Formats: sequence, C-alpha cells, structure tokens
Amino acid sequence: MANIMYWEAIQRAHDEEMARDPLVICMGEDIGVAGGTYKATKGLFEKYGPLRVMDTPISEGSYTGLGIGASFLGVRPVIEIMSVNFAWLAMDQMFNSAAKVRYMSGGQLTAPCVFRAAGGAAHQLGAQHSARMEKVFMGIAGLRVVTPSNPKQAYGLLKSAIRSDDPVFINEHELMYNMKGDVPDTEYFHPLEGSEVTRPGTDVTLFGYNISVHWNLKAAEILDKQYGISAEVVDLYSLAPLDREGIRKSVSKTHRAIVSCEDEAPVSVGSEVMAIINEECFFDLDAAPVRINSANVPQPYNHTLEKATIPNHEDVVQAVLKMFGKA
Amino acid sequence: MKLEDKKRVLKEMVLHRRFEERCYQAYIERKIGGFLHLYPGQEACCNGVMEAARPGYDYVITGYRDHVHAIKCGADPKEVMAELYGKETGSSKGRGGSMHIFDAGKRFMGGYALVGGPFPLAAGIAKGIQLKGGDEIAICFLGDAANNQGTFHETLNMAALWKLPVLFVCENNLYGIGTAIERSTAVVHQHKRVCGYGIESAECDGQDIEKVYEAAKVAVNHVRTGKGPYFLELMTYRYRGHSMSDSRGYRTREEEEEWKQRDPIYILRDRLIAEGAMTVADFEAIEKETDAYIENEVIKFSEESPEPKVEELEKYVFAERDTQLRWLTGQA
Repeated sequence: MANIMYWEAIQRAHDEEMARDPLVICMGEDIGVAGGTYKATKGLFEKYGPLRVMDTPISEGSYTGLGIGASFLGVRPVIEIMSVNFAWLAMDQMFNSAAKVRYMSGGQLTAPCVFRAAGGAAHQLGAQHSARMEKVFMGIAGLRVVTPSNPKQAYGLLKSAIRSDDPVFINEHELMYNMKGDVPDTEYFHPLEGSEVTRPGTDVTLFGYNISVHWNLKAAEILDKQYGISAEVVDLYSLAPLDREGIRKSVSKTHRAIVSCEDEAPVSVGSEVMAIINEECFFDLDAAPVRINSANVPQPYNHTLEKATIPNHEDVVQAVLKMFGKA
Repeated sequence: MKLEDKKRVLKEMVLHRRFEERCYQAYIERKIGGFLHLYPGQEACCNGVMEAARPGYDYVITGYRDHVHAIKCGADPKEVMAELYGKETGSSKGRGGSMHIFDAGKRFMGGYALVGGPFPLAAGIAKGIQLKGGDEIAICFLGDAANNQGTFHETLNMAALWKLPVLFVCENNLYGIGTAIERSTAVVHQHKRVCGYGIESAECDGQDIEKVYEAAKVAVNHVRTGKGPYFLELMTYRYRGHSMSDSRGYRTREEEEEWKQRDPIYILRDRLIAEGAMTVADFEAIEKETDAYIENEVIKFSEESPEPKVEELEKYVFAERDTQLRWLTGQA
C-alpha cells in the first residue's frame, strides 16, 4: 500500500495505461508541458511526447469531439476538462456523439473515451467556476458516470474507465486533489458499477458520493460518540447507473435514510436516490428520507455567503438528530 | 476521368438519384418516418470526390443528408433503405434512421444531425489515423451552413496545428435550411474563410463531375501525402427542400429551373453521348434497369424485412456486458 494523494493516484493510472497501450492518449488544456492544473498528468508529456499528450487549444467543444472521433478508431483518449463548468461547451459532443453513437449505429461504432473534470465548489471561485454538474451527466443514456471519493477510487476508477468500451465521465473534486489515502501497490481495477459501505451501521443510512462521503463519515463518528446512533455510510461512487440494489439493501436494514450531496436539490443526484428509496423501500421506512443539498443559487463570491451555500457534516448530524426527534 | 469510370459513375449517379426519388415516394406513402433530407442535384459532389479517393478505405463522415455518401462508400442500398423503413436489417438496425446511416465495415462513419458536429469527429478520425500510422485519410462532407458553427473554426485550427490528414468538403448549396447564404453568412465563398488557418483550399463547380474529380485529386493527394488538411468548396444546389417539411417558399422556381439546366447527371450523360460513348437509348436503359433494381430488390427487401424486437430495445446502449465484466464489477 502506498499512501499517496488523489492527483498522484490519477497520474499513476494514466501512466500505467499509457505505458501498456500506445493507443491510450490524453488531451486537454495545459495538461502537457504545464503538467496539468491539478498535476493529474504530471510528467507524462516528457515520457510520451506531444502526439500522445496533447495540449489543446481552449476549444472544449471541439477538442472533446476530436477525442471522441479518435475513439471511433480504437484510440482511448482521456479527455480532461480543466473545470467541469467548461463542460457545458463540450456536452454536445459528449451527449450527441459519444453517448449515442453505439445505439444509433446499431452497435457498429463505439466511443471508448474517458472524460475527466474537476467539479464542486472550491474557495471563492465564483458562479462560473463552482458548478456541481454530475446531475446533468447521470441522466444521459449511453454515458457512465463515476465519482471517486478517495485516491484508491481515483486510481482504480480511471483504470477501469480507460479499459471500458463505453464512454465514462469521471467527476473529480477541486478540493480533493491533495487528499491522501492508501492505494494498492499492485494494479487495481475499481468496479465502474455498484456502491460501497464505507462504514457499517444499523440505525440510519447516510448516502453520499465524492466529497459528501467525508461529511457523512465525520457525522457518523459524532453520532456514534455523542448520541449513540449507529449510522451506515454508503459511497455511491457510480452515479450512472446508480446501485439500486445497494441502496435497497442498506435502507431495508436501517429503515432510515439521509442523502447528502453538494449539488442543488432540484433534479439532483439526491432526487434520484430518493426516488429509488421510494420505489424499493417504501414499506421498510420508519421515517421520511431527507435530502441535504447546497442552496439553489449561482455560487456567490463572498466567503461568508459561499460558506452558507455548501452543506457540511454538521448539517448531516442535525438532520439525523431531527429524524430521531433529538434536535 | 477514364471513359470506363465515367460510364460506371453515371450509372451510380442514376442509382443515387432514383434511390432518393423513391425515398420521397415512400415518405409520402408513410413507409418512412421522421425527417428525410434528399440529395438530388448534388450527386457530382460526393461522386467526384470519392472517385478521387478510395471508397471503403478512406474514412467518410457527414451530416444528415447521408444516404448517397453511405452508398458511395459501399453500403448496400438495400440496407440503407431498410434503415429508412426502420427495419432490423437496416444499416443501423432500425435504431438510427435517415439521419444516422452507418457502415463501419465500409468506413462510412456515419451521418450526424447536429449541424457542424462532424467537424471535430472527422479531425479525431484523422488523429486516429495519425496515431495508427496508416495512409488513409478522413473526409468530412458538410454543407455551407455548418461553417457558421464554432466547431468549424475550432476544428480547422486544430487540424492545421496538428497537420491532421483530413479533407473538408463543403457542398455549398446556397441555403442553410430555408435561409439563403447571403442572408446568414458574411462571405458567400466559403474557401475564403479558411485562409486564416493556413489551410490550402480551392473552389470548384460542383455540378460537373469531371471538374470535381480533378479538384479532388489535388486535394486528396495533398492530404494523403502528409501536407495536412485541405478544404474543397463545391458550388452546388439541392433540388428538393431542406427536408420533406419544406415547401421552398424562400426561393423562386426560376432559380431552381436555372440550376436544373446544369444537372450533374445530364452534364455527364450529354458528354458521353457527344463523345459517342453512349446513346440516348443506352441512358434510358440504365434508368429502367435502376428503377427495376430499386423496386424488385431494394424496396422488396425493405418491405419484407422484420421489425426490431421490442425485447431488444436496450441493446446497444452500452457495450456487451460479458466482454467488460471485469471493469464493471472488478471481477475477472
């Protein structure tokens, strides 16, 4: 086990896959000579050269399309979108070309490409650099969406995404690139589907993904130590498809559910999880499930206002206490 | 062009014309649904360029007016028609429709319905060729109106920057849906727009296949010999509306008649007759044979083919599960 940072895990996955297969390439803004805004492609330009590590012009829509076109010929591009906010410009190609080409060609063409983007609110980046957009991607048929909550997942999900014949969108988080965690020394492929019970519990399930898994873990600790409530933390690292069976299993055991997400509530990841709980576990529930989301506003610049928009572990604790009639 | 090739291509163009006219009829009969964009009037563009290239070897991609491009690359007309009929035997197994004909085996990489969408895909295909080290080229056929999308400029920049083996063919038919080019575009002659990217370009009469062929030979040779992208503009005209829902109120019948005087099929036919290589009766026989083929084989096949099964509605959304079980589940 190596204790490495999230960005190092992503870099290692790139490096291993590029060393193995000459048709694995990566492309994006500042990923080559500059080494990547979050260092996720550090050192690759020197090792694999400009044909395979492509510094692209700032043309998100078209370099994404270019990567997709190359994937039709069996190239496996890892396409970095520097900030997920810029993915709005690339969605036409992601959705209309990559996600649909297999279906509309009757299985003849496939787009085995990976899109990586840094999402989430960081520190005072303002309305156009703080978006949580996973909710948009997870509703598109033909596109897989995963979102790593730790370095092991960041490494293993990228490895699997590159090998997969389907297009995969990987939703990373701006605040997590320097997070440390254990990653196996040997090659590891994290499943693209399913969910993980990060911390087992019996009284309530705390669903989350990516950064919100960490709010939930912290909340579970407090709930256990201070209130004697045993919370189960479930990591929904796969957003498309969502792990219907995993959600059902946990809620049918704990009979209570909280869904915490950094995105805004309307048409969110949480909406979908709540719908599944409703469909699968209605008669198992001892309390109405609760969603925790960011405020539905364009992200404010001001520090105090920004802080007020984003939930944290205290919101999770409060929601659980309220559910148990202790708040 | 060699005489034999001219005679063969004339036959092909007659097939392309009659195929499209038959689609029109089938649409009126409600055998074909959705949107339908027909090619009559522009046949010399696709045929002239592909005669200079290598159909089935070079990669071709285009927009939604795609039936003829697919057939020219080697797609079976029966499968293209069956696709329009929405049948399981169609080129895209009835999942694509008129705007999404594909034949990967013939390297026809598809018809796409977002105007300008294929530009970056074509450059990406060229990138794939570059990485794999082959001498194929990517050919992107699109209309003039696509050049007003950002993808046009973004892609030209990258194609030139990375010297990608891609030929952009602009079939300038003077209308973007129902808007005349001079009402939507500051520069009518599209080849002038690519100079800023340092890309070689030419403009050519798109109605005379021999002229198209000669211009395309230069273009194809440029791209195939590693000199980077090329932009070829062909001045042409579509006889029918943009799609079937278009009554052509934005242009005059006189203008249409004027263009029909320079019909690509008749230009070649009359030349062959003048050269003594063919008689009027020979040409009429070709038309008759073509109609019989379309009726007795193409239409019959499409009519008699089965519908896709509803149980297979979700097939092709994702790759086959068993081939990628390890990546989906983490288990080998």
